[in-house]
Amino acid sequence: MRRPPRDTEASARRIGRRAFVVGGAQTAIVAALGWRMQSMQVEHADEFRLLAEENRVNIRLIPPARGNIFDVNGVPLAVNEQNYRIVMVREDAGDVHATLAKLRELVDLDDETIEHAKEELERRSPFVPVTIADRVSWEDISRVTVNAPALPGVVADVGMSRYYPRGADTAHVVGYVGPVSDYDLDQIEDPDPLLQIPKFQIGKTGVEAKLEESLRGKAGTRRIEVNAVGRVMRELDRIEGEAGADIQLTIDSRLQAYVEARLAGESASVVVMDTETGDLKAIASAPSFDPNLFVRGISVDAWTGLNEDIYRPLASKTVQGVYPPGSTFKMMTALAALEAGVIDAEETVYCPGFTEVAGTRFHCWRSGGHGNINLHESLKQSCDCYYYDLAQRAGIDAIAAMARRFGLGERHDVPMSAVNAGNIPDKEWKRTVRGEEWRIGDSINASIGQGYVLTSPLQLAVMASRLATGRTVSPRLVHTVDGIETPTGRGESMGVNENFLRRIRASMYDVVNHQRGTAYRSRIVADGMKMAGKTGTSQVRRITAEERARGVISNADLPWERRDHGLWVNYAPYENPRFAVAVVVEHGSGGGAASPIGRDVTLQALYEGEPPLDAYPSSERASAEAMQERIRAYVPAGAPAADRA
Amino acid sequence: MSYLTYHAKYVPAGPRKLFYLNWPVILLLTAVAGFGFLMLYSVAGGSAQPWMEPQMKRFALGMAAMFVVAMVPIWFWRNMAALAYLVSLVLLIATEFVGETGMGAQRWIDLGIVRLQPSELMKIGLVMFLAAYYDWLPVNKASHPFWVMVPLFFIGMPTLLTLAQPDLGTAILLVAGGGTVMFLAGVHWLYFATVIAAGIGTVMAVIESRGTPWQLLKDYQYRRIDTFLDPANDPLGAGYHITQAKIALGSGGWTGRGFMQGTQSRLNFLPEKHTDFIFTTLAEEFGFVGAFALLMLYAGIIFFCVASALTNRDRFSALLTHGVAMTLFLYFAVNMGMVMGLAPVVGVPLPLVSWGGSSMLVLLLAFGLVQSAHVHKPR
Repeated sequence: MRRPPRDTEASARRIGRRAFVVGGAQTAIVAALGWRMQSMQVEHADEFRLLAEENRVNIRLIPPARGNIFDVNGVPLAVNEQNYRIVMVREDAGDVHATLAKLRELVDLDDETIEHAKEELERRSPFVPVTIADRVSWEDISRVTVNAPALPGVVADVGMSRYYPRGADTAHVVGYVGPVSDYDLDQIEDPDPLLQIPKFQIGKTGVEAKLEESLRGKAGTRRIEVNAVGRVMRELDRIEGEAGADIQLTIDSRLQAYVEARLAGESASVVVMDTETGDLKAIASAPSFDPNLFVRGISVDAWTGLNEDIYRPLASKTVQGVYPPGSTFKMMTALAALEAGVIDAEETVYCPGFTEVAGTRFHCWRSGGHGNINLHESLKQSCDCYYYDLAQRAGIDAIAAMARRFGLGERHDVPMSAVNAGNIPDKEWKRTVRGEEWRIGDSINASIGQGYVLTSPLQLAVMASRLATGRTVSPRLVHTVDGIETPTGRGESMGVNENFLRRIRASMYDVVNHQRGTAYRSRIVADGMKMAGKTGTSQVRRITAEERARGVISNADLPWERRDHGLWVNYAPYENPRFAVAVVVEHGSGGGAASPIGRDVTLQALYEGEPPLDAYPSSERASAEAMQERIRAYVPAGAPAADRA
Repeated sequence: MSYLTYHAKYVPAGPRKLFYLNWPVILLLTAVAGFGFLMLYSVAGGSAQPWMEPQMKRFALGMAAMFVVAMVPIWFWRNMAALAYLVSLVLLIATEFVGETGMGAQRWIDLGIVRLQPSELMKIGLVMFLAAYYDWLPVNKASHPFWVMVPLFFIGMPTLLTLAQPDLGTAILLVAGGGTVMFLAGVHWLYFATVIAAGIGTVMAVIESRGTPWQLLKDYQYRRIDTFLDPANDPLGAGYHITQAKIALGSGGWTGRGFMQGTQSRLNFLPEKHTDFIFTTLAEEFGFVGAFALLMLYAGIIFFCVASALTNRDRFSALLTHGVAMTLFLYFAVNMGMVMGLAPVVGVPLPLVSWGGSSMLVLLLAFGLVQSAHVHKPR
């Protein structure tokens, strides 16, 4: 009404001009938006698509089942046991506190567990399953499952954990597993992604550690889709991993159990080796420990107890423990001298009870001396002076070379922890390691396995096998991996003159079977089972001239840790060797402590079980029966009693 | 009386008005809303509830209201303009005192039958009022300082009220919408140059004031600015939304991941996926083709509105149509710019697509006015 028509025309034109400006700006903005769309959705689409995939796709590893370990007869030594857990999901639980209270009525859970569970449930996203209790008994799990409707969000879950059915018997051989530590990760150059899984179990010692790669298997992968808060929406695909390889050891778990039982109460170790194949039928160190404790997480008290025990239960004495071999080394000295041609087997040497070299007196164990004595008698009666003489004639380098051919001073290839090479000294060794010249006194000491000579029970068993066969028998602990047999340790001929070996064997036969032999008491009387052996005593203290003048203190009067070690090597049967045995009894007061153990173990191996009493000499039968009685009642730590029946 | 000045003999009457409606705009609006229904169905995980069905009902209601408004002669609405503005302003002030709080801002008012966002209403109220104002004001006075101060006052009041809520997005839309009407009405361009210069000055002041006692914006608003400038800077905090939105958009590619196949939206990586960020879901699932099509639909609406305004010799009608078109333009341009990382995150819905009652109803009412102007244009 108020507007004259002319105004309308003019203002419409003005609006039109201004609208052209506005429209231009709008067009520019629309073009910018369109360009931006094109840039993001067409040009850079691939980059954004990749980011979107990274957002939603998570790759999870599927841990493979660890390989089992069996003994030579298929008896399980290490298996994966089902481990029951009670797991709770907060979002399904509704009232967490009420549900936990109900759970407590069914299952015995302490306050700490409940508090920890509550904390975890609060901290995690509502859909993350939180483990309330681990290693729950089957009864408890059944109760939880039956009452599932009353326990919303509570789920019974099954995991795998390692179990060692033979417990302490095979602890040092099989070893144990434990969660990966940072230290483990540093040790490995190309870490398997599996190792990044929290608490993933890997072998820590023994076969479990040394054959970790075979046992572990290959991880599978699972591609899953997750949403913004990490909830798993669905599985996209799954590539199954490869289970770890099963491993069969050469160990005979029955013999191994026998040895552990026979050694009860001693700090000792025994190696039983098949002389034909080098198979280690038993390789036992006592006292032992329950490896299952380590898998479950050992308590501080138990750990301290094991660590501070002077009998060193954690040490694998068969390969890790090295001792002066004592008289068991005399075969090496004798063979070196025979091969060097510096002595004839029948030639006698006079033993007055001591030998004086370079102003020092070296004593024979028998202070009265052995008089004129030849090779055979010197081994049988273990005369020391005879070997003092041989050492001076043959020289240390020939003796050391012979010892090395018999596997002493060598780090044998067995998959056990801390395998020790021991030490076979020679002139070169002393110069480089000790920075001193070799002295004749060193040779005298070395000739009877004292001084710088150190050997492990495993090496002594290898030596006995090689003496018995004349072949370079090598120890073998793994029989098959994933069903494929490993090469045996049979070995080629050592090239030692068979006549010399025969003389040595005959002397070792008399050590046990001749009335004046040092181990006559430990003989086997059964036909075709008789053994050949050699005792050894190694001093752990120096006997001063003053003490010798007063009279040497008897072992029984010394504290345990200063007593002599008792050593023993043997093989049997003499005519047709099947087993070689080495025994070391720490501070056992001499070879007399070791030889009965060697005999018992040999009989057990030969008879593949408990031997008849008439294999023992009649004077020994009563004590042998008592021993058998004792062993039948023996149950090692960690093994269920039923398994031992 | 005024009826005569509109050359009444050319104005259609009765049911014949239906033939004179701006049908292309109606079709385009329906098409845009259709996109919205699809996306609301998709983000609900393939379900009509809780969003698509109520949205459709509201759209039907809005369309009905639009037709009713369109049938009423435009001069009636011109006479109502001051009242519309006044009602909007009263409601806006009431929101200050009795409003409901949502997402950190006091924006809603409960009228018993409907929960209303008065700031939405004000966008149209302001455009109507300014169009009526310049219709009333003789053209030669438009640039007179006094007659420039008056509309500035009427723009300023609701702007300050929305800023107080705080709702920066709506405030920007009010200023830009109002300013556009003033510009079209023929206010001298030097005023705009001054305002733009002042605007830049204000931005500088805002940035400079940060951390001082007289800080002009709230901390969260500063953080949004930071996020806009560099979303990668804080990918898990404030930048998370924009980063995820861009990933969703870009991963759509040419043709998208398929209806209801968008992983970003289905797996909840997208924030506000049914409201302000719904465009990202659309772009993810329908790709460049879908996103560009929607942009063209909006552009089409603007085009037909502008075409209608340019052929309308009635000053109020032309200014109103331009103003409504500009409001729609600002809505989608700011929203799309925001989710594509071209503008800061200010909380502006995608018109007719985002879930939300007030904005859809108000927009359809506004288009009712545009239709009325179109039907009743002097011929």
